[in-house]
Amino acid sequence: MKLKEMTDEERFTGGHTACAGCGGAIAVRNLMKVLGRNTVVQNPACCLLVFGATYPLMAWKVPYQDVAFENTAACATGMKRALKKLGRDDTVVLGIGGDGGTADIGIQALSASAERNEDILYIMYDNEAYMNTGIQRSGSTPFGAWTTTTPVGSVKAGKANFKKDMPQIMMAHGVPYVATLSVAHIQDFINKVEKAKNMKGFRYLQIFAPCPTGWRHDTAKTVEIAKRAVDTGMWTLYECENGKVKINRKPKTDPPEEHLKLLTEYLRAQGRFRHLKDEDIKVIQDWVLRKWQDDEKLAQCRQ
Amino acid sequence: MPKKVVTGNYAAAYGAMRSRAAFVAAYPITPQTFIVEHLSEFVNNGELDCEYVEVESEHSALSACVSASATGVRSFTATSSQGLALMHEILPTATGMRLPVVMAVVNRAIAAPINIWVEHNDIMPERDSGWIQVFCDNNQEVHDMVLQAFRIAEDKRVALPVIVNLDAFILSHTVEPVDLMDPDDADKFLPSFRPPHYSLDPENPVGMGVFTPPEYVQESRWQVDRAMLEAPKVIGEVNAAFAKQFGRDHGGMVEEYMTDDADVVLVAMGTASSTAHEVVDEYRAKGKKVGLVKLRFWRPYPRDQLRKIAERVKAVGVYDRAISYGVGGPSFIEFRSAAYGLQVPTVDFITGLGGRDVSSDDVRLMFDRLLETARTGTVKREVVWINTRGVEP
Repeated sequence: MKLKEMTDEERFTGGHTACAGCGGAIAVRNLMKVLGRNTVVQNPACCLLVFGATYPLMAWKVPYQDVAFENTAACATGMKRALKKLGRDDTVVLGIGGDGGTADIGIQALSASAERNEDILYIMYDNEAYMNTGIQRSGSTPFGAWTTTTPVGSVKAGKANFKKDMPQIMMAHGVPYVATLSVAHIQDFINKVEKAKNMKGFRYLQIFAPCPTGWRHDTAKTVEIAKRAVDTGMWTLYECENGKVKINRKPKTDPPEEHLKLLTEYLRAQGRFRHLKDEDIKVIQDWVLRKWQDDEKLAQCRQ
Repeated sequence: MPKKVVTGNYAAAYGAMRSRAAFVAAYPITPQTFIVEHLSEFVNNGELDCEYVEVESEHSALSACVSASATGVRSFTATSSQGLALMHEILPTATGMRLPVVMAVVNRAIAAPINIWVEHNDIMPERDSGWIQVFCDNNQEVHDMVLQAFRIAEDKRVALPVIVNLDAFILSHTVEPVDLMDPDDADKFLPSFRPPHYSLDPENPVGMGVFTPPEYVQESRWQVDRAMLEAPKVIGEVNAAFAKQFGRDHGGMVEEYMTDDADVVLVAMGTASSTAHEVVDEYRAKGKKVGLVKLRFWRPYPRDQLRKIAERVKAVGVYDRAISYGVGGPSFIEFRSAAYGLQVPTVDFITGLGGRDVSSDDVRLMFDRLLETARTGTVKREVVWINTRGVEP
């Protein structure tokens, strides 16, 4: 489906209460346009729960359930198996959670559902911290980032560890489809959601979704920042379909000086990285280049 | 069907099969494991047409059941002790969404120290979860109550989840003759599943468990409270319907034995009531007017029935296989509240923790103490620990 062919019919409607410039809201709106009406949604505690489903207001125009925080994949399993029993196997079951609900507290149920190859579509919208509770560090928060639990103090400043590589973890489960998406690359986004929608078995998508409130950037710059994340390699767009890995967009890593400049611009546009020293940025660059090499090598050996 | 000699775990699994559970999420824990093993055998032998999911934890087991039930199918799981504790977060979710999930809980001690034998300290923290809870004292009752549990849970007037409790090993691993139900009889008793309220249907989208501000939550709590208050009526109806169809009357909320003219009564839950039953016969033969109240339903609590009994006796003892540290047994605390304002002396008996046997001698001690209390009108000791090293009962 081409972007211009996308339906005008909203399954995640306007009127929700997300912050201005919320990457998560952009992701869900477009996601639901592709998935359509024959979808059932499981959503744990996260910003999306609050801005999309606060009684009596409801942005979802499909069946929707929130059970808890760490069990989205288990609940989605229950939904899908029930639908199968009812002869409604055609209905897509979507489990969608944030990075905390997926990479941290939800990884146990997620891993088990992937291992069983449950016929569900699991999506992590990645805003790189616990935003709903007020910007705390998650396993998906990048190195150096300020959060309210990695504050900039006189002795320590920012997150001391690197971002957990969830797509690789999910690929290691050998599931039919794993893909990374960005709210700034909408055609790639549509392609991947459409592909995932039409596949059977466990499908995992991770959407890079900037959060102006938590990342401390201009609300008008969400898409621009997401674009730069892909250009710098901070977020790699790739997909793994039945074991075959394909890079969808190469970052601009050459020459390294130019890359450092681009990376510095990306980081400096966000208040959460304001305190970083040049040597911190160098640490991040080394990490990005190594990660990109790994991703590229993986794609080469799993063509 | 002729009776078969089976364990309590088999009886529970068989009851779930005859209930045509359409979704089972299973995770092993001693001494519950055989329930999910038997169910997987029923599924793999084609006897039970069911979506069976081997989840990675009890937390996911109940989570998956909640969502399967919400999507519109009859859902069952089973657990015990630490597994129930891990599920704890999800129990009130099933209640709040008014989902008729049924779960067998094999009552086992909670760590520490770790112990796999019978105790009721695992289930007591779930008292306020909004689940209906029944305790069984034989394997036939376990089998029958799984079917009854679904019918109670799915009644529109109730629409609450139900736990069927059975004592670890004493029932779970002990064989007894059980009349296993024929499918046609079971179908006649338990109609095919219809969600009591809403389900997650793409043709008619609804939201469940959504974020709800203070303006609305209190009313939903009140509705659950109303349903719990309404439940004894439904439990009575279901018990009567079952007795009529199968000739087995388990007594509904409570089962009274020799209470009509009793001077003293003992209130007991689970298998200890079987032992007490024997001792009542023995004491009656000696002319001692003792009676037994088998407390079957723990939630809803049979407050009115117990109060009526307490009004006409000279002393009441409550046997607890659990302890609320520093206060006494949970069942005793509850009874005290039910008997508020009455002058009847009450005594709490605690023993059988961590799987220690509750012997006829232990029950004799209980009745002797109650008869003494009735005679003297004074309570020697309010909370009596029996058969505890270094502790005088």
